[in-house]
Amino acid sequence: MQKKITVALAGNPNSGKTTIFNMLTGARQHVGNYPGVTVEKVQGLCRYSDYEITFVDLPGTYSLTAYSTEEIVARNFIIEQKPDVVVDVVDSSNIERNLYLATQLIEIDVPLVLAFNMSDVAEQKGLVFNNDQLAKLLEAPIVPTIGNKGKGKAELLDAIIKTFTQKKEQRIHRIYFGDEIEEELTILGNIIDDKESLSAKKYGSRWLAIKLLESDADILDKIKDKSVKEAVNRSIDHLKDIFADEPHIIIADRRYGFISGACQETIKSTVELRHSVSDMIDAVVTNRILGLPIFLILMYLVFMLTFKAGKYPMHWLEMFFEWTALNINAFWPPDSQSWLKSLLVDGIIGGVGGVIVFLPNILLLFAAIAMLEGTGYMARAAFVMDRIMHKIGLHGKSFIPMLIGFGCSVPAIMATRILENKRNRFTTIMVIPLMSCGARLTIYALMIPAFFPNQYRGLVMWLIYLIGIVLAVICAKLLRLTIFKGDTIPFVMELPPYRMPTIKAIAIHTWQRGWLYLKKAGTIILAISIIMWAAMSYPKAPSKTLEGLTAEQVHKANLEHSIVGKIGLAIEPVIKPLGFDWKIGIALIGAAAAKEVFVSQLGIIYAVGTDEKQAKQSLREKLQANYTALQGFCIMLFCLISTPCVATIAIIRQETNSWRWAMFQFFGLTALAYLITSVVYNIGTVFVS
Amino acid sequence: MAPKQLRPLSQISNGERVSLVSIDAGHGLKTRLAAMGLLPGVEIAVVNNSHPGPFVVSVKNTKMILGRGMADKIIVQ
Repeated sequence: MQKKITVALAGNPNSGKTTIFNMLTGARQHVGNYPGVTVEKVQGLCRYSDYEITFVDLPGTYSLTAYSTEEIVARNFIIEQKPDVVVDVVDSSNIERNLYLATQLIEIDVPLVLAFNMSDVAEQKGLVFNNDQLAKLLEAPIVPTIGNKGKGKAELLDAIIKTFTQKKEQRIHRIYFGDEIEEELTILGNIIDDKESLSAKKYGSRWLAIKLLESDADILDKIKDKSVKEAVNRSIDHLKDIFADEPHIIIADRRYGFISGACQETIKSTVELRHSVSDMIDAVVTNRILGLPIFLILMYLVFMLTFKAGKYPMHWLEMFFEWTALNINAFWPPDSQSWLKSLLVDGIIGGVGGVIVFLPNILLLFAAIAMLEGTGYMARAAFVMDRIMHKIGLHGKSFIPMLIGFGCSVPAIMATRILENKRNRFTTIMVIPLMSCGARLTIYALMIPAFFPNQYRGLVMWLIYLIGIVLAVICAKLLRLTIFKGDTIPFVMELPPYRMPTIKAIAIHTWQRGWLYLKKAGTIILAISIIMWAAMSYPKAPSKTLEGLTAEQVHKANLEHSIVGKIGLAIEPVIKPLGFDWKIGIALIGAAAAKEVFVSQLGIIYAVGTDEKQAKQSLREKLQANYTALQGFCIMLFCLISTPCVATIAIIRQETNSWRWAMFQFFGLTALAYLITSVVYNIGTVFVS
Repeated sequence: MAPKQLRPLSQISNGERVSLVSIDAGHGLKTRLAAMGLLPGVEIAVVNNSHPGPFVVSVKNTKMILGRGMADKIIVQ
């Protein structure tokens, strides 16, 4: 019978924690969310000796204060879920800063194991460790590891199991904060034991006292007793008097003092630090003149990889679905009107196809992003773009998802994961659809040649894209001034040294994203697609009225008779100010499923038949005959601004963990589209006449 | 010997090493910066101070980029 234990992995960002996690759990991972927040929860399984170990990869943090959601999540997991062991992954080439988190873990008094990762880099730097002595001072076993080479796995697992099985002894070396602070800690500790005994039992009164002296917002919330709060204020005032600085700074300083002392005794530096390769690369990459062009070239490559290379697998997938549809069709006699056949072929296969079609793009995009982040380039890229994006109130990194938005909104919105700041992220998500996506191109390709003479076609296309970008900038600025108001630019960001990410890490990360997409967004897209299919196909026109009509005319009659058809007819008065009629109305509703559907819906309504080339031409002629160029332009404008498709709504639901923002964007964009299109149409009519 | 002058970090040129005196920021941010090593007394080496361009410093062996305004708020000597 295997023993089951839970182990939490903590550590600084860039410490190689996730690489260690991958090393321990391989592909047996599961990604979800911590309840109530948009912080990812990553778990994985490892079987070793006779133990079944569940590893939880906590968010990377520099400390365990209440300053950010990630820190609160990490801290709460350790305190509330009480994992059996906590492993702190430390970048040993950067040890002093990395051990700050360890001191906080020591304060919480968890069973601790230290993984001194990147030990090869430390060795290169000439650092020599006396791990035995250091482990004694920190009272936690130290295991040197090299995560991206898989070294140290067995030793780490052994240390974890040993720590789990040995008897928990009282810690000898506490971090000593100096006489004055220790005095206040004792006073507060006693009061807490007395007045808040429940919390004291759960968290430990000394730890609570430390947190209260640090003015930790989360803990302050949990303390209800007034006399405790008063005592805390007295202590803080007293200490401010003595030190002429706030207690939390002094406490932080004493922690570093503890680390410094321990390190001075146990770590020797034998080589003088020289200009590293990283510095040389940075001189070029963040160079005033070269930085931006280099960034743009890399972005171009990412875009090409995602969409051009993605075309091939997409094409194969399309062929596969067509082949499947044909085979299923073959079960029924030709011309069969069976609803089951229609459900399977048009509804389900169409719907599933509509979901899977995004997968190659998503996988390729995330592989590219994993590559950029893994090498450390992303931090530099953010800064190269920052000056420009800052003027809009966005972060430098926002540029990347917005660029992807020109291909497709769905992977673009998923890509906003690279933005840590929630406000930046949400603002970016809201305006991404205004980047005219690839599907809308099918609409422009239909409309523009229908209404505009050759010499103006390029101009009109360019104009539409430009309007989208300008609107995005304006909306972003507005959102940042109102709903997403607040300082969001990080004041300080670590520049990790360049490294080579492992293929394994990129593969695991990419696969996780793809799987998450399929599971969460995919199900919603499929559900809505089936509903739309039903609404577009039923109810069918009574067979009496269909006698004597051609196949195209039958199709047209059925569409007009369906739910979507009836809605399209009903909303005509509403869309008349935009210059639209009920036929456009029907096509627009269908377009909610996917923009390309707009074209096929129009094709059905104008009964142009199924031969592709001929159909397009005759459709253009019909459009020319029925609408003016202004109306054509307004149709494109409306399609540009309004919600791209249900897939977008579904992905926003997934990425923001709520329907609220998805609906906000849907209604917001629709309202904006309506407003702008009606203004353009009405002003335009005045000019034209 | 005259005491060294207090200046904002933004005025320090490339290659200079200074000592942090104080940070003009709110509680939360100061705590975060402290965790990253920016505490009174710590040595800061300016790696790249260029306009426009990232303000890069090295603290406790880690390179960091400082955002706009932040460098103004860190007082050093």
